[in-house]
Amino acid sequence: MKKRHQRLFVILGALAVLGVIAALVLSALNSNLSFFHAPSEVAAGKAPKGRLFRVGGLVKVGSFAREPDGVTSRFILTDASAELTVRYKGVLPDLFSEGKGAVAQGKLAEDGVFTAQEVLAKHDENYMPPEAAAALQKSHAEGVRELRAGEAAAVSAP
Amino acid sequence: MLTEIGHFSLILAFPVALFTGVFSLWGAQTGRLAWTSCAKSGALALFFTVGFAYLCLTLAFVNNDFSVRYVAWHSNSLLPLVYRIAGVWGGHEGSLLLWLLMLCGWTLAARIFSRSLPDALRARILGVLCLIAAGFLLFILLTSNPFLRLFPGAAEGRDLNPMLQDPGLVVHPPLLYMGYVGFSVAYAFAIAALLAGRLDAAWARWSRPWTLAAWIFLTLGIACGSWWAYYELGWGGWWFWDPVENASFMPWLIGVALLHSLAATEKRGCFKNWTAFLAILAFSLSLLGTFLVRSGVLTSVHAFASDPARGVFILIFLAVVLGLSLLLFVWRAPSVGLGGRFALFSRESFLLANNVLLAAAGGTVLLGTLYPLIVDAWNAGKISVGPPYFEAVFVPMMWPLLFLLGVIPFVRWKETLWKNTASDLRLPFVAALAAAAALPFCYGAWNFPSALGFFFAVWIFIGAKYQFLRQASAARGKESLLRSCFRQPLSFWGMHLAHVGVAVFVAGVAVVSVFSEEKDVRMAAGDTVEISGYTFRFLGMREMPGVNYSAWQGEMELSRQGRFLRRLFPEKRFYYSSAMPMTEAAIDSGFFRDVYVSLGEPLDRARPDGEWVARVYYKPLVNWIWGGCFLMALGGILAMLDRRYRRSRFSSSLRRESGSC
Repeated sequence: MKKRHQRLFVILGALAVLGVIAALVLSALNSNLSFFHAPSEVAAGKAPKGRLFRVGGLVKVGSFAREPDGVTSRFILTDASAELTVRYKGVLPDLFSEGKGAVAQGKLAEDGVFTAQEVLAKHDENYMPPEAAAALQKSHAEGVRELRAGEAAAVSAP
Repeated sequence: MLTEIGHFSLILAFPVALFTGVFSLWGAQTGRLAWTSCAKSGALALFFTVGFAYLCLTLAFVNNDFSVRYVAWHSNSLLPLVYRIAGVWGGHEGSLLLWLLMLCGWTLAARIFSRSLPDALRARILGVLCLIAAGFLLFILLTSNPFLRLFPGAAEGRDLNPMLQDPGLVVHPPLLYMGYVGFSVAYAFAIAALLAGRLDAAWARWSRPWTLAAWIFLTLGIACGSWWAYYELGWGGWWFWDPVENASFMPWLIGVALLHSLAATEKRGCFKNWTAFLAILAFSLSLLGTFLVRSGVLTSVHAFASDPARGVFILIFLAVVLGLSLLLFVWRAPSVGLGGRFALFSRESFLLANNVLLAAAGGTVLLGTLYPLIVDAWNAGKISVGPPYFEAVFVPMMWPLLFLLGVIPFVRWKETLWKNTASDLRLPFVAALAAAAALPFCYGAWNFPSALGFFFAVWIFIGAKYQFLRQASAARGKESLLRSCFRQPLSFWGMHLAHVGVAVFVAGVAVVSVFSEEKDVRMAAGDTVEISGYTFRFLGMREMPGVNYSAWQGEMELSRQGRFLRRLFPEKRFYYSSAMPMTEAAIDSGFFRDVYVSLGEPLDRARPDGEWVARVYYKPLVNWIWGGCFLMALGGILAMLDRRYRRSRFSSSLRRESGSC
């Protein structure tokens, strides 16, 4: 084998390996992404059916309940404009509590209940998962806009 | 008062670092000896000013000076002394100060152990390190100053995050930071060599022990963090592909590539450019890691409440460092020779393949970590990339790497006949196949993933042993084999020990990820739960006061097939100052398995002495994961202690080589 052939062989081999890696990476990325949706987006039907996604917001005060097996729990996540019931089987994180932020990852079941595989809570007093914070901020801004629009309408009506 | 002196000392360190950096680099470039000589005293002054500032902050913690804002936020008068000292790095500002202190420590070490180097080279190395320190000093002083006062001072501190009140905090961050920052020396040396336009074998030989040292710290730091997460977070996992974990894992991967590429550069003079590039990359990834952890842009167990200005500053700093070094690289690299020629079937080509695989694996981790940020920056929605992505992509990329790991020690530099290598590999291959066929049955049923794991573990293990013994017996002459083994160079021992560490690690990962079991159950006093032949009997809860917390402690009786093993005491703690609950898992640890129990929450919050939700785990070979990392680090230490890196011999060989240039 001549030197030139050898080099060609090496380059072709390297390209083939890179191609395989790129294909692997892209297909894996594509099938393992999970999008984040606020409860109001889920209520508006924007969340994918039968696919993993994340949802976040505040745990509604008074909504937490356990099923008879003691391990499965239900609670409501809210972003102030919509609510979503979440069902989770397993041990919740230490810092999970009502009135605090949480993010759940899972799928939307047929009955409209979100079945979580994983629940994340905040980690210290100052910290809230950025996604949950963004969802709250967004719905707050929308609420303010609606309020203003309502006020404007009320003012201009008479 | 002491706090102000510390603050001034830190401010003073900035001009020291800046001027030392500028003058020594400028002096080296223009050949002004007087200027270059300021590097030595500058490095010393920098270490002492920053060290003094650090000491002052520690004293503020020890003395409970809650008029210092950082202390008031991260400490409390009830906090035990050891956590007050470690609490210095329990928050953002202090951990950056620790980062900086370590950088100055590495700079000082580089100053002390570089006496044998030519003056200009030494000045360049120290100059680059001082400039990095100047950048970080500016960052700390402008955006995250730990010395700011509270007015009026607080009467009591807010306390350290309970999750951090653990021996893990004392060990994990310093080790990890030593590793992160250690790559700055390899980086500085690559930049210095590029500036001088001399990338040669002497450069590689000098870089190797430094790179090894940084890599050893990083390995231990990551392993320690993984162990901490395993027992503290109570999820029974040892690696979560969390962005912050990835941030430390990427420099580690690139560090492994760099070590192997340095070996080729030192022995054969090849891949010089690639090696320099990897050195730049390893340090840039360390900076990126700092950015990811400190900017709070990602959801992660490590995220702190944060201030966007910090993220922007680190991002700019990263862009400047990476941009300037790549510019320098592009300018200088074409003039560097290609080095020794080698055949297609040679150790060089295999090491190249190893490097390509490691770099590509690092790239996939980088993609998975940054992709959510990129998508978010384009406003295309908020997404997350979970462990399934990394498992689907990263793990298969490791297979060829592990296979090569078994082959490379048998392949010679320059050229080897593949027939010889193939006949050498017959023994490890047969042993590995046998292991893959038989060993999974020890855990019940045969399945492919665990068989693959056993195959690679045995393939690497037997290959390393066999090659080691063969080399020793070939070199023994008339003495005994044992004695010949001990006469082999330490770096040879180190290489094989580190590879055996990989084998142990792979076996642990394969078994624990396939054969682990876990159960979530509700338990009242007297209830039992069984997992993989182990029975837990819940005896009840009792209240236990702690130093700065009160705990509900559960009592469990662990037995196997009716035979009593021991009692386990998992806890749920409530810290007085923050009212945050914390789970302390109870683990029965063994060589072949861990059994693990952690408490969830009481079914009725008003009755914590009643029924609880608990989680039990059976984790076979889980300790092999950290044991493997420890062996890798130990191998690294042996390799670093090799005779040829010791000064006297090194300096004479360097002189010889620079004479021949």
